[in-house]
Amino acid sequence: MIKEDVIICRCEDITLKDITDLLDEGYQTFEEIKRILRIGMGACQGSTCISLLQREISNYHNIPIEKVETPKVRPLMTGVKLKSISEAYKNES
Amino acid sequence: MIFKDLVIIGGGPAGLSAAKIAAEAGVSCLIIERDPFLGGQLIKQTHMFFGSEKQYAKTRGLDIAKILIDDCLKHQDLIEIMTSTTVVGLYKDKVITTLHDDTYNKIKAKSIIVSTGASERFFAFENNDLPGVYGAGAVQTLMNVYGVKPADKVIMVGSGNIGLIVSYQLHQAGVKVLKVIEAASNIGGYKVHASKIRRIGIPIETRKTIKRAIGKDKVEQVEIVSLDDDWNIVDNSSEIIDVDAVCISVGLIPQRNLLSMIDIKTKFIKELGGIVPIINEDHQTSDKDVYVCGDVSGVEEASSAIVEGYYTGLIAARNLGKEHQDFKTLNIDYKNQLLNLRSGPFGKKTLKGLEIMKEDANVK
Repeated sequence: MIKEDVIICRCEDITLKDITDLLDEGYQTFEEIKRILRIGMGACQGSTCISLLQREISNYHNIPIEKVETPKVRPLMTGVKLKSISEAYKNES
Repeated sequence: MIFKDLVIIGGGPAGLSAAKIAAEAGVSCLIIERDPFLGGQLIKQTHMFFGSEKQYAKTRGLDIAKILIDDCLKHQDLIEIMTSTTVVGLYKDKVITTLHDDTYNKIKAKSIIVSTGASERFFAFENNDLPGVYGAGAVQTLMNVYGVKPADKVIMVGSGNIGLIVSYQLHQAGVKVLKVIEAASNIGGYKVHASKIRRIGIPIETRKTIKRAIGKDKVEQVEIVSLDDDWNIVDNSSEIIDVDAVCISVGLIPQRNLLSMIDIKTKFIKELGGIVPIINEDHQTSDKDVYVCGDVSGVEEASSAIVEGYYTGLIAARNLGKEHQDFKTLNIDYKNQLLNLRSGPFGKKTLKGLEIMKEDANVK
């Protein structure tokens, strides 16, 4: 398998090779990998890649998939212009 | 800030059904829907549904959507609807932030029903980002909602009900479906759907998977390989097929992103589709004012989502101090309907998943 050609996170353009390189270096958790690669932090907020990366970590470390913790999702779910937020604030006060 | 008693996030079958019953009980509610139209995935289901009459069996999915929407429109005094509106944030004090065009808004709810459904599972193979690699649901949206023919020659990866139904609908739309491949040794979906597509000449081949998509700027070919009983690729089993699209239909994942924002307790339960909120019998999450129903709490069929929606609307209304006049009858009726829906061979998986959840459901 050509790992560079397998996309895991479409939003941030992260390949399987990016992931396995980090796992080979000794990184273990989803959170660590997310902080380095921004995986799951793009437009879809992990809807696609979370389960894929969970499986890769599960396979690599030979741990059950349900034991692979996934990071917390935080607001905002999609891009919001600062202007929109400031206008909402003005209208409220 | 807008104040609401009950906010329902997601206007698919579960959310619409919840709104109907809550409104019948006298609760004023707001449905927030990201898409321009209500009905969720039902609006692209051109086939007739199974189940019993109570869940509109023998009716086409898109017509069920119309029925559910009409039910809500009958309560216009109590049900407010926002479409093309995305919930961008959920906060522990029950504040919901929304975005509609460029307008950002805050809504404060007493109770929230999250009925955000599920999204398509993707999977890892070479060149899986080439244009022409589609989710089967996306293909169905293009064809049945927007009237766009997605491709001329496709291969379907996955033989669950979505894969089988979409293969049939592709055929109806004049798209050549070369074959359906399935990595497991059994066909995933209902036998009636499988028989139907076999009758029209589409083979279903088990123990096969896609190794890679091939093409320069878009999908031109795919490489298919056979798998042995240990899921390893069989030597010399490679087959290259000319196609202009690959449809991926390998399951659905509950959309629990909003729940994660407010630290709702979740658990990975593979029988329910992945990470799901832990709920009690009343469909309450670890925050008792936040309820869930439909696929977000476990991937099932639209019929179950509808009944779960009714049930959750009934309970949420009672907990807001508005008991439905038929509370007792409906309460028993909905529970029985769900049991019936889950009594078949496919329901076993859901029931097992719910048993696993109970181990953690010491939620008050």
